[in-house]
Amino acid sequence: MSLSAIWSLVQTALELGVICSLTVLALFLSYSMLNVCDLSTDGCFTLGAAVGAVVAIAGHPWLSIPAAMGAGVLSGFITAVLQTRMGIDSLLAGIIVNTGLYSINIAVMGKSSLLNMNKTVTVFTKLKDALADTPLAKYYELIIALAAAALVILFLALFLRTRLGLAIRATGNNPDMVRSSSINPVFTTTVGLCVANAFTGLSGCLLAQSQKSVNIDIGSGMVTIALASLLIGQTFMGRGSIAKRAVGMVLGSVIFRLVYTIALRLNMPAFMLKLVSSVIVVLAIAGPYLKTQIPMLRKRLAAGKEAK
Amino acid sequence: MLTLSNISKTFNPGTVNEKTAISGLSLHLDPGDFVTIIGANGAGKSTLFNAIAGSFYPDTGSIALDGKDITFMPEFKRAKDIGRLFQDPMRGSAPGMTIEENLALAAGGGGWLSHVSKAETNKFRDKLALLDMGLENRMRQPVGLLSGGQRQALTLLMATMVPPKLLLLDEHTAALDPGTAEKVLALTESIVREGNLTCMMITHNMSSALALGNRTLMMDSGRIILDLKGGERNGLTVDDLLRMFKENVGKALDNDRMLLS
Repeated sequence: MSLSAIWSLVQTALELGVICSLTVLALFLSYSMLNVCDLSTDGCFTLGAAVGAVVAIAGHPWLSIPAAMGAGVLSGFITAVLQTRMGIDSLLAGIIVNTGLYSINIAVMGKSSLLNMNKTVTVFTKLKDALADTPLAKYYELIIALAAAALVILFLALFLRTRLGLAIRATGNNPDMVRSSSINPVFTTTVGLCVANAFTGLSGCLLAQSQKSVNIDIGSGMVTIALASLLIGQTFMGRGSIAKRAVGMVLGSVIFRLVYTIALRLNMPAFMLKLVSSVIVVLAIAGPYLKTQIPMLRKRLAAGKEAK
Repeated sequence: MLTLSNISKTFNPGTVNEKTAISGLSLHLDPGDFVTIIGANGAGKSTLFNAIAGSFYPDTGSIALDGKDITFMPEFKRAKDIGRLFQDPMRGSAPGMTIEENLALAAGGGGWLSHVSKAETNKFRDKLALLDMGLENRMRQPVGLLSGGQRQALTLLMATMVPPKLLLLDEHTAALDPGTAEKVLALTESIVREGNLTCMMITHNMSSALALGNRTLMMDSGRIILDLKGGERNGLTVDDLLRMFKENVGKALDNDRMLLS
């Protein structure tokens, strides 16, 4: 395999990793900060992709970005209302919204489950045209992905240090304390989920436009893939400032895609992606737990031997 | 400052587990009052605090704080005027956030999108130094690394950062070792005195119930059975209190923790 072929594989993994890292950053806010596992992520990712594609196809490539993020906010708002005002468990609220979004996404895509953007002007083709005949011409996808990730990280680093940001972090840490600081945890949960889902929507929008197509399954399994990336990122950069941890999220996402790419080269079939991500999540969450159980198990075994 | 009129609360009404936690309780506190509250387990002391703080709404009666009716005000809104400490030192602060961030949240002020200013950080450092626990040099460390006593002292600081109209202390030193408990209690006394705060403190330590504050309430079966203040409170001993309890309730005080301490 030539060096240039390897680099092109790496570049694809980087692009995909950085675009999907926006969803990882969304989970960084909802899962790590708010302590809510937002299972509407899959549907919201597809919603962002569908809305972004429809708006771009209608001839508004730039507008597609805020439109996809706005759709994400709306989806996050509904998930938040269900769990904070309607007494629905947070996991169930996510599943309900996710299911409902399937119909909405097909409706958004004009009763179709596939939209093609081969001839559509998107933010990617805009930059591709702008960079034509420059040394950066090959990197237009990566540039957009990196710019989006940098902006989201910058936003999070600033936002999570504001009074509202601190209150959101405390909501996941100790809701009692938020209440006693005369802040309503319902409000902080709602804001947090709206912001997180805006990033998920953005992530879906960019992935669809870079692939020049959306299908209804584009977001399926995304929550597990993002969670796997989040946990990988956490093991590398789990401590320190918010900015450093957020960069770790992008790193985790890229590592996940690189490992996946290598596995594909080793003849792992592509359909294994979701199983691999599930196994990573199980290992990352169950690993530390099982490690604490080993000494107990040893004692029991030793005690059993003595009894004989 | 605080006026409770005929407050009642029954849990699980109409079931076998029906329990009247507070029945027809009325109480008036003047500004600057420091009231200590004693009573057997299940006497309704914590329920009284929950009603004042808004953890639930009373079945009957009304609550007014500083002339304003707060009977049906949500808990998080009341928290602006009411500071509260629990027995569990873990309840008052967020372990995953730094000391500075915890204090910033408690201090409030500024808009939603404002950052902690340098002046605020300096103010936090000065306040932490008053605790004399070396926390002023650990402001960037997560609160989860602090000991129970340090966390309770920090919570006390957080609850009084913006002087509350009423401070509720629910056995806030009971889970600490004796030395730390003494220190936190001394801190409490000086913060309450310096801020001239109106304060209610539940305690199982009868001698500190008499030593601290200017008024002592004894509760039983959801009512106030003894209200000692002024001259009649001065010179009372723990034995006097036990005798008075027996005379009022008709049985001896059956709180082991109380008698042992």
